[in-house]
Amino acid sequence: MIDIKTIKEDDILILNVVGDVDASSSIELDTALKAAIESKEGKILVDCANLNYISSAGLGVFMSYIQDIKANNIKLVICGLSEKVYNVFEILGLHQLLTIKSTTVDAKAYLNEV
Amino acid sequence: MKYKRKVPCTKEQLKEIRGFVNDSLGQHGLSDVDISAMVLAIDEVCANLIIHSHHCNPKEHIEIIINVGIREGVEFRIVDEGVGFDINQYEEPTIDDLIKSKRKGGIGLILVKKIMDDIDFIKIQNKNTCRLFKKINIS
Repeated sequence: MIDIKTIKEDDILILNVVGDVDASSSIELDTALKAAIESKEGKILVDCANLNYISSAGLGVFMSYIQDIKANNIKLVICGLSEKVYNVFEILGLHQLLTIKSTTVDAKAYLNEV
Repeated sequence: MKYKRKVPCTKEQLKEIRGFVNDSLGQHGLSDVDISAMVLAIDEVCANLIIHSHHCNPKEHIEIIINVGIREGVEFRIVDEGVGFDINQYEEPTIDDLIKSKRKGGIGLILVKKIMDDIDFIKIQNKNTCRLFKKINIS
């Protein structure tokens, strides 16, 4: 239901999230995001171009790391959200609490800003 | 138009439930964004019941009934047996509280209340019905 691959591209850690993140699969997003944050890489890009669905369980994972991201001076950006997935972030106002960009190009440009 | 589906209480059934809601609503000319918001709300209520009320017991079941075109909108009824969970009695946390406490759960029912226009809970003997209504133009 969900497949997450983590790759390193230059100084950016990229998480490719594919499938549906719901109450049965959010644990895998949690594990991958936790590992990325604990790796102490300064730049994390979560590519959601192939994320078909997210429920509150997945949103909760992102929310639970907002403080750790700030505390560790990590730049984390989410990109590639479809309109319906972005709408879920928007309903709760999370689009204002997390950095979201339309494309990977925009996301990388944000991460590489000095 | 009425649609009905009964599923065992396992988390793996959530995808099945979403497919059922999506396919049922997809026949009525609604936008993708509207459909996916309602799919999400039903997924949240069902996940909550399956996990917290039925402890993922596959021998127990929930039933989802969708009535499209009633009272100028869509009515969903989610029926189960047992203790029951009255969504209106649930005091949801604020987003700020959740971020500070690093809690991963607790926002599902906030989403449901933001998406749906009317929610009520009826318990008759051992049977619980969570009724959710979304006002929306049906073509």
